[in-house]
Amino acid sequence: MLLFEIIMVAMGAVRANVLRSALTTLGIVIGIAAVITMVALGEGAQQRVQEEINRMGTSILTIRPGQQMWGGVSRGDAQLSIDDAIALRAESNGLLRVSPEQQSRMQVTYGRWNSNTQIMGVWPEYFEMYGHELQSGRWFDQGEVQGRRRLAVLGANLPETLGDTPPELLVGANIQIRGIIFEVIGILEEKGDAAWVRPDDQIFIPQSTAQYRVMGGRDRLNSIYAATETPDELDVGFAEIDRIMRREHRIKVGEDADFNVRNSADLLETRNEANRTFALLLAGIAAISLLVGGIGIMNIMLVSVTERTREIGIRKALGATKRAIMTQFLVEALFLCTLGGLLGVAAGYAASEAVTRLAEWDTSVAPEAVITAIVFSAAVGLFFGLWPARRAAILDPIDALRYE
Amino acid sequence: MKDQVIIRTRGLTKHYVLGAETVRAVRGVDLVIERGEFVAIMGPSGSGKSTFMNMIGCLDTPTEGDYWLNGQLVSDLSDDQLARVRNREIGFVFQTFNLLPRATALHNVELPLIYAGVGSKERQRRAREKLELVGLGDRMGHKPPEMSGGQRQRVAVARALVNEPALLLADEPTGNLDSVTSQDIMAQLEQLNESGQTILLVTHERDIAQHARRQVHLKDGMIEQDFLNEHVETRA
Ligand SMILES: Nc1ncnc2c1ncn2[C@@H]1O[C@H](COP(=O)(O)OP(=O)(O)OP(=O)(O)O)[C@@H](O)[C@H]1O
Ligand SMILES: [Mg+2]
Repeated sequence: MLLFEIIMVAMGAVRANVLRSALTTLGIVIGIAAVITMVALGEGAQQRVQEEINRMGTSILTIRPGQQMWGGVSRGDAQLSIDDAIALRAESNGLLRVSPEQQSRMQVTYGRWNSNTQIMGVWPEYFEMYGHELQSGRWFDQGEVQGRRRLAVLGANLPETLGDTPPELLVGANIQIRGIIFEVIGILEEKGDAAWVRPDDQIFIPQSTAQYRVMGGRDRLNSIYAATETPDELDVGFAEIDRIMRREHRIKVGEDADFNVRNSADLLETRNEANRTFALLLAGIAAISLLVGGIGIMNIMLVSVTERTREIGIRKALGATKRAIMTQFLVEALFLCTLGGLLGVAAGYAASEAVTRLAEWDTSVAPEAVITAIVFSAAVGLFFGLWPARRAAILDPIDALRYE
Repeated sequence: MKDQVIIRTRGLTKHYVLGAETVRAVRGVDLVIERGEFVAIMGPSGSGKSTFMNMIGCLDTPTEGDYWLNGQLVSDLSDDQLARVRNREIGFVFQTFNLLPRATALHNVELPLIYAGVGSKERQRRAREKLELVGLGDRMGHKPPEMSGGQRQRVAVARALVNEPALLLADEPTGNLDSVTSQDIMAQLEQLNESGQTILLVTHERDIAQHARRQVHLKDGMIEQDFLNEHVETRA
């Protein structure tokens, strides 16, 4: 029997029962739609993380204060001091670019505008490490850091925050941070959010100025950033930091350090891991719904075989082989499932779009996911159609003809 | 020259086991039918006519006994070979028509050709030819529910003939038809037989059996009588 005829017969059977066929495929549609949506969400999150990594720079190591231990007992939080940063820069033989970060939220005023803004005391290297660009003005330099100058570089959103002032007007103007007058020397290009960092809303001033003029002489850094030239040198950089910091803090080898060093990529990776777990969970749900959908298909195919027993008998009496009957019902199941798969892909695509619009969550429907979904639904059709098709194929012609 | 015997049965038997009871539907039938014959199988209800025909049509398998079709022992055939025999060697006309209700007359007649692997064009040509032969040239696009009993049975005859089978089997083809339509169908079968078609016909009506050349009477699953119709001599 020609395959084309078999397909026509199978499609005719589906068409003869449109409503039932539609309801039957619903399980598959939902399953596939779930898979597509979840893959699109996962893919979107993945892309976002990748973008963040790129934006943050992959070769930055973050040193944070840890627990100070004494004889195995915690004596509270350890501290990072400016001497640590100086030592790291001086003793790593140029391997590391270093910047301390001393930050605090403070009241900022410009004319009659004021805002509560995060003030970041940093070194010039900080801008380099994070790949910041200026949209106008200039950076401060190391000499100005030494001189504890009251200079400020503003994040890209600040002109808007400070009364929608044009950036050109703001450069050279004076602002007050906690009542202290600063000269605005530069405005940064927009950077977007990178994980937990929101540079567009921050104001950058020399660290020494922050320490002595704004934050009351407190020698306590929030973190120290150190960057290597390339990501390949991170391991060496890590070892150097560990060596220098241990010496500075007088911690013997083998003792617990009172500081943590983290790779920015690691931090994102952790989040990525969480995303993957979530995706796996959804995949599980999708698998179950596909299983249920498949059983639904099997059920309706069994009903169909029973209903059409007489038809099968007629076909057999006219010379249909087992194989021809089997193919007919398999193609029918396959057709139902693949149709369900296609509808599911469409529904999943629509759902991803909706999520992107409503939740502003990046999604991306990968072509591989679409192909996999369709192939998978066809496989479900084959698997769950096999048994009903076999039942139809092995019917005895005379019994089938006698069936009422 | 080819063997003239088309059907040969020896001790053909069919038992149905229903719980503790065994129904002996056919009890050892020996029969030889030659090519070109027109045989009417007669007998009271329950005498095993349909059971016998189904075995001859390779739709059912005997409990005991042998059956040669065209010199081939049918019990030797595989499932696929049986399907092929049903497709190529046998045309079956049922009392209840057994047409696909949702398919057109043309498609119904095409069915055996589909399973024979005949291409679409050739299939339609041959199906049309047979429908015209049975006088339904103007009803090809109609579906069975839109046709009269006589028309349906003629579609079934066209379907049975479409593969040019060696053997035409008809189990009470006129059982559901009025007498005028019955005469119509019988005239058609007679004509077919005159052009060489071997026909085996089940009926329990005397006047229907008169159209055949030979009558085989069954009773309780056994042959009771086997004789030629009188008119055969006069016609020959
Ligand atoms: N599938 C079956 N299961 C059990 N018994 C059956 C079956 N088919 C037929 N029989 C029995 O076999 C016997 C012969 O039946 P069959 O249908 O061959 O009779 P028939 O001569 O065709 O009768 P009718 O003229 O009424 O069609 C009957 O007693 C019937 O009850
Ligand atoms: Mg009968």
